[in-house]
Amino acid sequence: MATRDWLLDDSPSSRWQANAGRAYRVFTALLRNPLSVVGGVIIIVLILTAILAPWLAPYSATGQDLANRLAPPSSLHWMGTDELGRDIFSRVIWGSQITLTIVLLVALISAPLGLLVGAVSGYFGGWTDRLLMGFTDIFLSMPKLILALAFVAALGPGINNAIIAIAITSWPAYARIARAETLTIRNAEFIAAVRLQGASPLRVIVQHVLPLCTSSMIIRVTLDMAGVILTAAGLGFIGLGAQPPLPEWGAMISRGRTFILDQWWVATMPGFAIIIVSLGFCFLGDGLRDVLDPKSEGK
Amino acid sequence: MSLEPQIAMSPTPVAPSRRKWGRGLSATVGFVATVFLTFLGLLAITFFIGRVIPIDPVLAVVGDRASNEVYEAARVAMGLDQPLPVQFFHYVVNVFSGDLGQSVSTGRPVVEDLSRFFPATLEMATIGIIIGVALGVPLGVIAASRQGSVIDQIIRVVGLLGYSMPAFWLGLVGLALFYARLRWVGGPGRLDIFYDGLVEPVTGLLLVDSLIKGEFEIFWNAVHHLILPASVLGFFSLAYIARMTRSFMLDQLSQEFVTTARVKGVPERVVIWRHAFNPIRVPLITVIGLSYAGLLEGSVMIETVFSWPGIGNYLTTALLNADMNAVLGSTLVIGAVFIFINKISDVLYRVLDPRAR
Repeated sequence: MATRDWLLDDSPSSRWQANAGRAYRVFTALLRNPLSVVGGVIIIVLILTAILAPWLAPYSATGQDLANRLAPPSSLHWMGTDELGRDIFSRVIWGSQITLTIVLLVALISAPLGLLVGAVSGYFGGWTDRLLMGFTDIFLSMPKLILALAFVAALGPGINNAIIAIAITSWPAYARIARAETLTIRNAEFIAAVRLQGASPLRVIVQHVLPLCTSSMIIRVTLDMAGVILTAAGLGFIGLGAQPPLPEWGAMISRGRTFILDQWWVATMPGFAIIIVSLGFCFLGDGLRDVLDPKSEGK
Repeated sequence: MSLEPQIAMSPTPVAPSRRKWGRGLSATVGFVATVFLTFLGLLAITFFIGRVIPIDPVLAVVGDRASNEVYEAARVAMGLDQPLPVQFFHYVVNVFSGDLGQSVSTGRPVVEDLSRFFPATLEMATIGIIIGVALGVPLGVIAASRQGSVIDQIIRVVGLLGYSMPAFWLGLVGLALFYARLRWVGGPGRLDIFYDGLVEPVTGLLLVDSLIKGEFEIFWNAVHHLILPASVLGFFSLAYIARMTRSFMLDQLSQEFVTTARVKGVPERVVIWRHAFNPIRVPLITVIGLSYAGLLEGSVMIETVFSWPGIGNYLTTALLNADMNAVLGSTLVIGAVFIFINKISDVLYRVLDPRAR
């Protein structure tokens, strides 16, 4: 109880206490929303599965068992086996590592990039703004998937290049958000105060503007993750993303295409994993938006 | 497949001007200028992808067994000995004169290939958007007028699935279920194999061509093959359109004029379909336009699944063969159509909405 009082203290005595208190309020607000709890649980399960894959998976991801090829789902193989006798359930579990890696790396590359472009653009205004935003708008009005495909085609197939291509196509949305946020705080008095103290533009942007953009960025990034997972799976499906024998979910569906008419489980099972994880990010993103950005509730 | 909207719901206020025609003219010029600049940006990106990223574009064309003379000749022929801005200028001139280069895998000019494959994509996406609008709009309206009801919950779930389900997976499941098990629809491809090539292409749209020629048997066969991929595409636009319609309708239904109408005793059906629905038609056009553009993009995946001889299939085949001219040509065409539809729906919004005038 004492911890709770400390967290909810109206006059926090340190920055650490204020931050912890805010995080606690967001967390409890999220717990009140059933869908965001479901989303959160799905993401936590995904992370745990990725970490514990070596212990959770009953079989190896690449071990072949040709005597048992294309076996239907049973108590031995919960999701059946594929054309090389590999256990699909185990491959789906190992695949969670790949999905999590893709999602994390795309977020880590594109969000800071967009944040920086948007903040610089909004803070300086004028020609810098026009130039950067013109560039951003051109990227925004392109079809994302096609652009990603073309980039991968030039860079060469593979999971790293797929990640780069997806990141290149997803930063502009973040730049737009960061610019809008920056414009609203640029003329605030505390920014003027910092400037009068002689802070450089770099310091103002990094120390004072960027932290205020983070909450809307977190919402948008979480909501976008479903799209990132789908694009990555799409690249894998076409054969430009993760290469065999990597157990990437999209690539697994692509392998199962040949058998879809008779051995339906090969292609369908990894699809369920994609749907569940994407739904998880959607739920969590919706919940975060309701909590952190009450203005846009119900949209 | 993501169809995240980037539309401005609140139109930018335009200062009242003295002369209507002058403003209309400058708006037109502004529109043409943005479309042109965006298109130039698209060209810059495809140029960058085709000429700058690959370590050696010449090697990609002549292969690594070519002799030095052949290599040099190809390098000069491709204009790669010139500085980048000059190369870019030549590229832009070529594209505007309709030259997208030669496809390595088909051996024909890319433009010719694209014009042959584009109608198939157009046909599928158009039927898809018709399905999406015909079902999505009424469903969205009903969901909004009965908020919290079973149908509202269903729309919610469908909307979420539209954001989290891979299009190619839904296509495969559809094939397994409706083609292999139930035999309700035709399999991959546009026609059964023995009908192939019987109808001479006029528009390239099989449904139209077969009707013009009076070949009803072929028409039904084409419908049989088209209905599943178009429905899969339609599902994704339905999910998005229904969600947006619902949210627009909820905005309207909470307005005071709706309450006034209800208090006056106007029947609920009229309140919903006239008072509340009429004002949202304009933003809906933007949503439908965006969704249509999104379908053209989404058809890339669907065409791969259904072996649909459209531009998406052409693109993926070219991707796997590292046929860069074909890849960039398709990217350019899909991108240009996408930009164009985007901007057109933007303009329509301004023209049709009296507040934005």
